[in-house]
Amino acid sequence: MLSVAIFLPLAGAIALLLVKGFTERTARLFAIATSVVPLAIMVAAWVRFDGGAGFDLVESVPWIPTLGVGYRVGVDGVSLPLAAMTALLFLVCVAYPVELRGKPRHYFAAFLFLEAASLGVFLALDLFLFYVFFDISLVGMYFLIAVWGHGDSQRSALKFFLYTLAGSLVMLLAILGLYLASDPRTFDMAELIRQQPLDGDGLRAGLVFLAFVVGFGVKTPIVPFHTWLPPAHVDAPGPASTVLAGVLLKMGTYGFVRILLSMMPETFQRFALPVAIVGVVSIVYGALVALGQSNVKRMIAYSSVNHMGYVILGVAAAAAGMGNDEDGARLALSGATLEMVAHGLITGALFLLAGSIWTRAETYEVDELGGLAGRAPAMTGAIGLAAFASLGLPGLAGFVAEFQIFAGTFAIYPVLAGIALLGIVITAALFLRMLQKAFLGALPDRWLAWPDLTRTEVAALVPVLALVVVIGVAPSWVLDVIDTTASTLVNGP
Amino acid sequence: MGGMGGMDMPVGSVGPEIFLIVGAVTTLVYALFAPRKAQAGAAVLALVTIAVTAVASAVMLRGSQELTFFDTYAADDVAVWAKLIILVIGAVTIGLSVEWFATDPRHGEYYALLLLAVLGAIVLAGAADLMAIILGLLLSSATGYVLAAFHRTSARSGEAAIKYYLLGALTNGALVYGAVLLFGLGATTTLIGLTGALPGADTTALVAGTALMILGLAFKLGAVPAHAWVPDVADGAPAPVAAFLTVAPKVGALIAIARLVLTLPEDQVGWRLLVAVLAAATMTLGNLAALWQDDVRRLLGWSAVSQAGYGLMGVVALGRSDLAIPSLLFFLVAYAVANLAAFGVVIELRGRADRGTYAGLATAQPLLALVLVISFLSLVGVPPLAGFTAKLALFGAVIDAGYTWLAVLAVANTVVSLAYYLRVVAPAYFTPLEAPLPVLGTWARAATLVSGAAVVVLGILAGPLLHSFDVSRLLPG
Repeated sequence: MLSVAIFLPLAGAIALLLVKGFTERTARLFAIATSVVPLAIMVAAWVRFDGGAGFDLVESVPWIPTLGVGYRVGVDGVSLPLAAMTALLFLVCVAYPVELRGKPRHYFAAFLFLEAASLGVFLALDLFLFYVFFDISLVGMYFLIAVWGHGDSQRSALKFFLYTLAGSLVMLLAILGLYLASDPRTFDMAELIRQQPLDGDGLRAGLVFLAFVVGFGVKTPIVPFHTWLPPAHVDAPGPASTVLAGVLLKMGTYGFVRILLSMMPETFQRFALPVAIVGVVSIVYGALVALGQSNVKRMIAYSSVNHMGYVILGVAAAAAGMGNDEDGARLALSGATLEMVAHGLITGALFLLAGSIWTRAETYEVDELGGLAGRAPAMTGAIGLAAFASLGLPGLAGFVAEFQIFAGTFAIYPVLAGIALLGIVITAALFLRMLQKAFLGALPDRWLAWPDLTRTEVAALVPVLALVVVIGVAPSWVLDVIDTTASTLVNGP
Repeated sequence: MGGMGGMDMPVGSVGPEIFLIVGAVTTLVYALFAPRKAQAGAAVLALVTIAVTAVASAVMLRGSQELTFFDTYAADDVAVWAKLIILVIGAVTIGLSVEWFATDPRHGEYYALLLLAVLGAIVLAGAADLMAIILGLLLSSATGYVLAAFHRTSARSGEAAIKYYLLGALTNGALVYGAVLLFGLGATTTLIGLTGALPGADTTALVAGTALMILGLAFKLGAVPAHAWVPDVADGAPAPVAAFLTVAPKVGALIAIARLVLTLPEDQVGWRLLVAVLAAATMTLGNLAALWQDDVRRLLGWSAVSQAGYGLMGVVALGRSDLAIPSLLFFLVAYAVANLAAFGVVIELRGRADRGTYAGLATAQPLLALVLVISFLSLVGVPPLAGFTAKLALFGAVIDAGYTWLAVLAVANTVVSLAYYLRVVAPAYFTPLEAPLPVLGTWARAATLVSGAAVVVLGILAGPLLHSFDVSRLLPG
């Protein structure tokens, strides 16, 4: 069943490339129809998810037996919410209107290709397969930014590709380190979790751990590996930014949980403090730099660095608390996982809306906007909701996640949690300032005819923003799923 | 002497080589007597020869795994796989050549030479004796010089051939001298004999002999310090010849190096470190030089140099990692198909060199553009293409062998390589079509598309091939 979610979009992408008869409208409808299926599958997986130990809906076929590689997919409490969020965001993104440069078939093919890769990353239960999907997501995003981006998009796309490929390759070395230490040698995640191959192996475990942190850190991104992110975001088309922030960044943080926390918990515990400090640095630095931006997209991009910092802090706190402060650890870990989902939805919506601003004004400069609230109430409302969610307003998804992260972290790293709170304050300031500048005040004459959100845009945004509210008000249906895995993980090495 | 094979000359164990000679001579005779417009028939003869030879080779898989012909020639699975790889390279090259040489009134001879060049590489891969190594090296080199100069009226073709020849003469001489030293130390030319005779020999002479022989083989491989010919040949030689010369001799040379180092007493000759340093220098130099190339053919030449560096990683791990032999063989397969596919695109575009003139390729020739991207990404090592599995296995092998630094350096090089490959992809995909892009013809297109498809298929279906490589034996190890 899960394989269909991965390979149907891939087949759709190939069909779009091969069949020349598609118009923009039919290509879009085809892409929407294709990406409804993975979402339906994720919903079905959610409904039948029973929360037992281990992985659910597992499919396993030998692939390269000589190397211990198998085609293995499945879900657990961490990957299911992320995969479901991914399927939803892709559906919304292909539906979202954007300038297609006369290449609709290729645009939607790139999106569906990227969807297959992204779902593959979260569903893979084999490190080889995980790496395959992790890496091909770069190729899809490279073309999306370079062909349908604006500004200096080729340069940004190249920078994105080079940086993140460097990160993936460092991760590949780490994967090999883990693989070579396993006995019998295997890339099977479940087997590696059982074997814990590098437990108690001092220097080697440390190096492999460091390589994983760097590899995932580039993707997440954590400071100082974040410099590829702002240009990629600014020059990418809106929906591609949404996928980049909402889905691709999660691949890094997901790796922290899926691999480091599950396969080398002892080592993670040893290095939890430095990782937590890196998380806090990302939180504060990301927020401060975001505060200094006048470009809406650049600002959201840096706020992503800030939010990913919360995730890293939560995961590190969970690693530190494993086996000794299990309640704190469980709280921090499920908070971090929920933050991944919440950030995907909230920032995904923000980037779609930034794309809408671009299609109307061809600018992201907040100083050139102003007073739009009267002209475009729907847009103002949507951005307002997303911005408040992003700054952590209670009753919205971001708050639930961040509250849990802080509650869990305070028990384990009180000082770091205190510093990290600064991030929340700064984020609040920057989003409020952005809302004030762009939507309040006097409306410049050139925007007198500013069109409000179209029906398509509203239709695409409603499910995402509705989920932000639903999770904010009643988070237990998500948290229960996450907790099934989080509570097993924090039982300690 | 003595050893595994016994004192006999079982002709059957060199059946493929004999078929190649017979085929080459037949092709040559045909070319001498056929009228001009029937010269292309030589291509068909050559293809038939390769097909027959391939069948004769394939039946030898899982065969005796022994040394034969007085222990001078290996009939192990690695040799058989090398034969098959080189034959496929030969067949693809013929496909790429038919239309390219169609206007040359004497191109029948070309196919005879190509078959002999194939034979040279094959002998090199099977050689288990210093004299056999020399034989394979010289046959491969001598045919290579002529092939590189086959555009007889082109100054650039001549220049490439002369550079190739001069460097070849020097390094082939070095190899012969090295062989003499090793022969003097061990009093035998067979590798199996040297395995027993070399331990305890004078270390200085041993190191000198080894270094000279590796220098000679580095020339065939296109590795530092004998790499300088590669970009010139890639750029100046007839493009199908460039495609052939940047892959086929590599297969023979890499396996010859592997057999040679397995002969040496490791406590006296630190060959592992020596090869690791050569690998590091080769991949780094090739990549840095490729970084600024605007000429796609030169770029492919430098990329071929850097790829030779990756290939040497498999040699570094020999005897220390189970992954060494499968990674080495799989790398050769993956590299060969990707490089042939990339050259194939250049050839199908009539040898188009300046990267700027690839503008709009994706619009005019979407399939060719796709093959270009796929082959480049495979050379980078992006999954699920063949090059990825090869690099994964190579990295795993060297880490397993305790050479993690080499894997780290290879990773850094891989990132660099992406930059220059994308410098060609960018105009092809992101720049509008400026001028029409004339193409060569059906044969070249078919050979290119088949190679491009192989890059994908071998990546996804790597399992059976890797399994076969995993159980392959490499003598005299």
